[in-house]
Amino acid sequence: MLDPGIIFAGVLNGLLAGGIYVLVAVGLTLIYGVLHIINFAHGSLLMLAMYAVFWLWRLLGVDPYAALPVVIPGAFAVGYLLYRLVIGRFSHGRDENILLITLGLSIVIDNGALLFFGGDTQTIDVPYAGSFVELGVAFLPLPKLISFAASLVLCGLLGLYMVRSDTGKAIRAVAKERQGARLVGIDVGNIFAVSYGIGIACLGAAACLLMPTFYVTPSSGHAFVLVAFTIVVLGGMGSFLGAAVGGFIIGITEALGGLLLGEQLGQIGISLIFILILLLRPTGLFGSRA
Amino acid sequence: MKRGIAFCLAGLATAVVFPLLAPNYLINIGMLVFFVAFIGQSWNIAGGFAGQTSFGHVVFFGTGAYTSTILQVTYSWNPWLAWPAAMLAGCIVGWMIAFLAFRAGLRGSYFALITLAFAEVFRILANSVPFTRGGLGMLIKADPRPMNFQFKDPIWFYYVALVLCVASLLIAWQLTRGRFGARLVAIRENEDAARALGIDVFAEKVKALTLSGAMCAAGGTLYVQKYLYVDPSIAFGVDKSVEMLLVTMVGGAGTIFGPLIGSIALTTINEVTRGLASVVPALKNVQPLSLVVYGVMLVLIVARLPDGLMGLFRRKSRHA
Repeated sequence: MLDPGIIFAGVLNGLLAGGIYVLVAVGLTLIYGVLHIINFAHGSLLMLAMYAVFWLWRLLGVDPYAALPVVIPGAFAVGYLLYRLVIGRFSHGRDENILLITLGLSIVIDNGALLFFGGDTQTIDVPYAGSFVELGVAFLPLPKLISFAASLVLCGLLGLYMVRSDTGKAIRAVAKERQGARLVGIDVGNIFAVSYGIGIACLGAAACLLMPTFYVTPSSGHAFVLVAFTIVVLGGMGSFLGAAVGGFIIGITEALGGLLLGEQLGQIGISLIFILILLLRPTGLFGSRA
Repeated sequence: MKRGIAFCLAGLATAVVFPLLAPNYLINIGMLVFFVAFIGQSWNIAGGFAGQTSFGHVVFFGTGAYTSTILQVTYSWNPWLAWPAAMLAGCIVGWMIAFLAFRAGLRGSYFALITLAFAEVFRILANSVPFTRGGLGMLIKADPRPMNFQFKDPIWFYYVALVLCVASLLIAWQLTRGRFGARLVAIRENEDAARALGIDVFAEKVKALTLSGAMCAAGGTLYVQKYLYVDPSIAFGVDKSVEMLLVTMVGGAGTIFGPLIGSIALTTINEVTRGLASVVPALKNVQPLSLVVYGVMLVLIVARLPDGLMGLFRRKSRHA
């Protein structure tokens, strides 16, 4: 039997990873909640943002955390334009079509990255990578703690923005009732693009927080996409609280799965949760009936 | 109609004579065209005719590939006997996934995502359980005799793939004529209206996926017999799922010849990019370049040409 201390450490590590997953999932759930589209390109755009962070560090020596103020607006702009120029234009009709379009985008992005960046695994060496914080039996890497805190702060700020600002209110209005929002004079098309932009900006932030401890390859997006969908489905499509709780649950599942079932079989937990939730409770933990 | 039949027979005659005149590498390319058209057609039955877009169709492909390989390598079955067993396994997996997903009422994007997750579960299992030998993969001993479903001359695999492709075209043709196909199309166009008309939507969708699973599994066995090797990422990797979806969407989902036309188009792109890469040294990495082109084509076709390349033909013939 495993030592409870090891399991405790596993849970803590899972929580830390989950903190960043929350940021990825919040972006996805926002896009779903407002636009009612499933953004299959989410993982690929995250991978692209991670490469942006990597090249900023490699070419200009920018620390990943210091890159936050650059990468977040950059990611917002990419998302906004992507919606305006591609997704929004083609978004007439059935939701499978949007899924196929975002699938097409992810194929283009993944293979474009492979073409231009090559297939090598890239990592960033930060001076604080080896620092640890001792917490009982668990040694927690300092960058993971920083990223965890930063992720939660950013999620909090986003929540505040959604509640307080006019744009946030307009986004929530569009999510609730499209026609009504249009009637009171909200530019719905613009709100769609802004929401998509914010969703991708979350990925930009997540990329900055991931890079100090993670690596990037052109297939990184694929690794994240199922994780992000599982979190969002688990929490309930479109639910912010659900994305937060789901992120932590998935982080812990992943850590414990790896610990108990081994490196290979451990990954199965996430897919199984995804299937079971869809089969048994498709609205997720916090979702309302669609 | 008559002209259509004459056209098909001419095409078939060309396909039969072609390998007698072509060099080996062209025969191999031709074999791949028909093979991909065949597994694309299996996707087309579920995704095109019945409108159940799947992102994880490779799960059937891999089930077929592993079933026949395990029966052959571990239990020393003859591969010709293992082939129908693989199709049966594909049937069962198709039925199981369809039963679970459609019983839970999953539609559209949700169905697409759950098939992706099933493929992922199968991939991880194939990587972990002992009877698939995990990530090492399984080798079939090379013994090129027709008895062993292995051939010295690539021409024979070409003909096997051609037969499968023609059979799949006949199945699709039957779908456009028969009641089963009509019910599937009704479900695709409007599920609630189909139900109101008295169609047992659940049963028809399960049937479609079971048929599709069996076909795709047959493709899996053929693939392993050709290359004599299978591992979890070949069998259950997302690439093949995307390939089946792409050829069908590009050629024309829900049409008889869509997957074949898509397969020809994508193979042509592949060979052209390969040719370009040999001229322009900067493009040394070919595989991603052709995939970028595919992705762009997918976006454009979904947005502008819902009937795929078949739509172009049809529009032309209508004007004529």
